[in-house]
Amino acid sequence: MKVEGKRHIWKEYQKDIADDKYWYARSCIRQNFFPGSETAFLRILRNELGKDIFDSQCHTSCTGIGYHCDIVPFETTMTVVARQFSLMSEKGYKNYAASCITSFGLYTEILETWESHPHLLEKTRDNLYKSTGRTFEIPEDLAHTSDIIFKFRKEIFEKRKHSLINIQTGKPLRGVEHIGCHYAKMFPHKGVGGAEYPQVLAGMIEDWGGEVVDYPERRHCCGFGFRQYVVKANRGYSVANSHKKFESMEPFKPDFILTNCPGCPMFLDRWQYFIAETEGKTYGENGLGIPVLTYEELAGIVLGYDPWELGLQMHQVSIEPLLDKLGYEYDKSGKYKALDGTNLGKPENPTNLKITC
Amino acid sequence: MSKKVVVIGAGPAGMETSTYLANFGFDVDLIEKENQVGGKLNHWDRLFPSMRKGDEVKEFLRKGNKFSNINLLLNTEIENVEQIDNKFIIATNNNKIQADAVVIATGFEIFDATKKEEYGYGIYDNVITSKDLELLFRQNKKIVRADGKPVKRVGIVHCVGSRDEKAGNIYCSKVCCVTGVKQAIEIHEANPDSEIYCFYMDLRMFGMQYEELYKKAQEEHGVQFIRGRLSEAAESLDGSVIVKVEDTLSGRPLKMSVDLLVLLVGFVPSQGTTKMGNLFGVSFNPNRFLEYSDEHTGTGLTNVPGVFLAGTCSAPRTLTNTILDARSTAMRVAGYLNAWETEKR
Repeated sequence: MKVEGKRHIWKEYQKDIADDKYWYARSCIRQNFFPGSETAFLRILRNELGKDIFDSQCHTSCTGIGYHCDIVPFETTMTVVARQFSLMSEKGYKNYAASCITSFGLYTEILETWESHPHLLEKTRDNLYKSTGRTFEIPEDLAHTSDIIFKFRKEIFEKRKHSLINIQTGKPLRGVEHIGCHYAKMFPHKGVGGAEYPQVLAGMIEDWGGEVVDYPERRHCCGFGFRQYVVKANRGYSVANSHKKFESMEPFKPDFILTNCPGCPMFLDRWQYFIAETEGKTYGENGLGIPVLTYEELAGIVLGYDPWELGLQMHQVSIEPLLDKLGYEYDKSGKYKALDGTNLGKPENPTNLKITC
Repeated sequence: MSKKVVVIGAGPAGMETSTYLANFGFDVDLIEKENQVGGKLNHWDRLFPSMRKGDEVKEFLRKGNKFSNINLLLNTEIENVEQIDNKFIIATNNNKIQADAVVIATGFEIFDATKKEEYGYGIYDNVITSKDLELLFRQNKKIVRADGKPVKRVGIVHCVGSRDEKAGNIYCSKVCCVTGVKQAIEIHEANPDSEIYCFYMDLRMFGMQYEELYKKAQEEHGVQFIRGRLSEAAESLDGSVIVKVEDTLSGRPLKMSVDLLVLLVGFVPSQGTTKMGNLFGVSFNPNRFLEYSDEHTGTGLTNVPGVFLAGTCSAPRTLTNTILDARSTAMRVAGYLNAWETEKR
């Protein structure tokens, strides 16, 4: 592998990312899957970096899941997205920060559509006004929230409590990155580093002291694929996709998987449990799984946040072995306590997938 | 006093055009920006379909120039052009030349394979281009993996940067199909235990003996031809290259590991071709090559009287067709300078 070849491509795919005053659009599903991630993002932006970010309580789904499942027409989707932009406009913000990869891809698709087909923009303005009485401005800047963490990765590292180094060996931790399909595969120039060798997560791992491991099925879908999972009869395809990735990355012995999409960490985490319990196969060391992290969780770990405030107890694959490699100091007994200290109860142990708690 | 023709580019087209123009009695300056003649022929080892050495053809072209008393100007680049009446005043980095006619023979470049990012050229150790492979043949080097291990399985990808709208090149580069067949045979000759797989869209074996070469590759060398375009390549732990292809004849996806992946890179106009087109005001065709005045009757001619084209600056061509085109263009120049009635049609 010639790393300089990748860096050459990265130079071709750099984009402007606003450096302050964001309007935040949350994901529909992230708060259920990994509820600490979005909170961590806001904490990092506001408390660590001193940025102005508006967390709207009024926005809706972008309709992305319905759109990609062919149950929401594009015209409807454009009107709903226009309403999100309207909410941003009325608060005086111009920089749209999408927490969800599918939303980011959809907003990008819509903005490109409006640019190349201005009559659809006018029709959308008309539809929104007739249905809600609202008007809107097109964002000056559209970024996925992983773009924003990427942009400030060096500032975050300056405030670090931990580098991505294995304190027992002194070597960089090995991370595999998994980029959401809708991040750059449709519009490569809208993603940091492009579609084939994205830099957005690789840049975080490298600049936080770790080592990126490139494995053959890196580009493959995590298995969410919307209709692969949403249509119940197709769920075999979903686990087959994840299985293909695990088998491919296993020989490289990664310490963790880093993701930037709402669905990917969910499926890469939970399907490890499923495969272990149905096939008896585990992919980490000594019967453990490979920990799967969101980029906000990894940033929070670098910054030394309480792992349970980050929501790492919500992961199926135990996160503690990774924290131990980092020499992390934390209260192991707090794993199943709510923020107010009440005991949430301990889940049953799986049969095959080893967990630590 | 004989009329002066400046031929720009001393590749096969420029060399052969010059030879015939000098034999027609014109005073010929052959300008070359490099320090040697031969152009892309200098990078090629053996030629399809006969497998003769490329250097033999270069020697033939060079002899023509030698016998014809051509004024060869190496290390010379054109910087500016002025046209006064029917004369071209050409300023180079070394001198100024006044010409009655100009032949652009600035040829092609190979497609930059790094643009097909999904194939990993410049990133994966064992992904090379057909040009890289040809250099290995020329230097009599062993065909091995980057780590020196022997190659047991080789993949050859056709149409890299050709017939590819995503790459911006919708045209066929004409020579890649048969080059792939030739190189597959050569790899197998050098490594008789190797398995070779060619991934193609169509096999365009249009020239005499091309089909025979294709048959020989299959029957004598066991080369497997799989119809399907590569979707991606990736590097495995041992450095081999894992390729994903749809086998469109069986209708099934295919995934396999190869020790070496060869990308058959197509033609794009050279920087010199683009520069000369702009300097002389020659129009470009939709594929960014220089345009003949008429695709059937105006070959060699351009929209600018007195400016002619020879070889691959106007389209991808085989070496045989490049030499044919060069001779044809020499005749068009002679017709123009001698004011033949046939040229007034």
